[in-house]
Amino acid sequence: MSKLSREEVLKLAQLARLALSEEEIDEFARELSEILQYVEQLQQVDINGLEPTNQVTGLVNVMREDVVHGYGYAPDDLLKNVPKVQDHMIKVKRMIG
Amino acid sequence: MKPDGTWLPIAEIAAKVQTGELKAVDLVEHSLKVIADKKEYDAIIATTADRARSRAKEIDARVATGEKVGRLAGVPFIAKDNYLVFGAETTAASNILKGFVAPYQATVIEKLEAEGAICVAKANLDAFAHGSSTENSDFMVTKNPHDTSRVAGGSSGGSAASVVLGMAPFALGSDTGGSIREPASWSGCVGYKPTYGLVSRSGVVAMASSTDVMGPLTRTVEDAALVLDVMAGRDELDGTTIERDPLGYDIATDTLDLKGKKIGVIKEYMGEGLQPGVRSAIEASIQKLRDAGAEVTEVSLPSLPMALAVYYIVVPAEVSSNLGRYDGQRFGYSYPDAQNLDESYFKSRGVGFGKEAKRRIMIGTYVLSSGYYDAYYKRAQTVRTKLINEFAAAFKSVDFLVGPTVPMTAFKIGQNVNDPLQMYLADIMTVAVNLVGTPAISVPAGESEGLPVGLQLMAAQRQDRDLLRLAKKTQELLYA
Repeated sequence: MSKLSREEVLKLAQLARLALSEEEIDEFARELSEILQYVEQLQQVDINGLEPTNQVTGLVNVMREDVVHGYGYAPDDLLKNVPKVQDHMIKVKRMIG
Repeated sequence: MKPDGTWLPIAEIAAKVQTGELKAVDLVEHSLKVIADKKEYDAIIATTADRARSRAKEIDARVATGEKVGRLAGVPFIAKDNYLVFGAETTAASNILKGFVAPYQATVIEKLEAEGAICVAKANLDAFAHGSSTENSDFMVTKNPHDTSRVAGGSSGGSAASVVLGMAPFALGSDTGGSIREPASWSGCVGYKPTYGLVSRSGVVAMASSTDVMGPLTRTVEDAALVLDVMAGRDELDGTTIERDPLGYDIATDTLDLKGKKIGVIKEYMGEGLQPGVRSAIEASIQKLRDAGAEVTEVSLPSLPMALAVYYIVVPAEVSSNLGRYDGQRFGYSYPDAQNLDESYFKSRGVGFGKEAKRRIMIGTYVLSSGYYDAYYKRAQTVRTKLINEFAAAFKSVDFLVGPTVPMTAFKIGQNVNDPLQMYLADIMTVAVNLVGTPAISVPAGESEGLPVGLQLMAAQRQDRDLLRLAKKTQELLYA
């Protein structure tokens, strides 16, 4: 693929929950096309017999005891940046119905 | 590198605070004064003056009672504004986090404060660390300390500039694709990128979880090593952290004999695209290593030209996932007139995020989406395996790898703002080690047309101690 259409940009914006202006849609169509064009070169690489890498530490199943630790923060402290709080809970708009 | 002439080596500062010869409150005042005097460079988003002054008072009081405060007693530092510092506004230089006051703090900040260090300010960065120049900051562009018409580099541009300008003896940065090393190279200081997992990412705004690392920017290698020694270690709040080197990382008294050490110059980094002045500075530095007895050879890692493409698939993918949390519901900017939940999501993110964040989120969404995942993301992660294998093979034949940090010196402000791809090319020599997880350091290696040039040294995974020893030796040879 080489050019990203307006429709494709709008679809991506929809998936990513990003409201874009008309100007942004066209701008991004251009810029993203260029970037995606650049990364196309990976299609030519021979990856026969290789597995994808997801992490580089080699760590597996890092566990800890299921015990509660106090870090000195009360739940209400952690709610301080929430836009709408009610009864110590995060208030959001209706999701169902 | 121009000497700031003001701050002593970190170990000395701490020792003098501990004996009472220096007062933490005076050090903090000095820091704040330099920050105010050098405001024109736009390195700092905000100071944490009240918090710093009260901590300094407390430290001086503890010293007066004979208490041992720590290895960084009274040492002021500046944190990149993607580190959560308790009680301080933490913005990641993005409008979407304006006004966000950290309700907890990064493990790294906890560790530094436990040794007596004092955070005095938050440094500017490209918003969410997306960038190589701080031109993507929603607030300001950090000027290069050597030439105010040029960028300091990024994304840890504010951190690098603050160290070079003498605002504090050290600053904290983050490096996902070169964001500590590149601004260190362009501004003229030391920038250290540890092995992935050596330093906890807990409490630092996440960019790409499989490549993000936290590290120090300093004037000298010894200072970087000491700060790293305090920062490094397993953290139960970050499941990707690895064990420390039992010998630690403070290499102040540990010298490396270069005789017989094998150093490989990366062929793919010494090609056509190199600015002539950068090439000569790098070659002159490598010659000094040779003169000191190192066996210098050329090493080829044939997949290196693919590294940037791998990076700009994998990292935006991870960014699109990590930035999903900015939804206007629990923290950050929330669109005030939203009629329903969907509108709240779309508009909080659409209005709050800057252009580059949106670009990366969309590229990430694309390469992870159904129908494209295998061709892009999975393929990129497989080419990543190739890079890992090539680096591993290289480190079987040499002890260290060397090359430039960036192909050119700092560009002019505004030069690349309309060309995102051109901007990405600044990372071409730094991204590979992030994908592979190995450590790297940029040390000042002279100038090209009056602008700093950085020499990049690399070692195998978990060889941070040896890398720091090499870097210290290199520093000695370059500044003999």
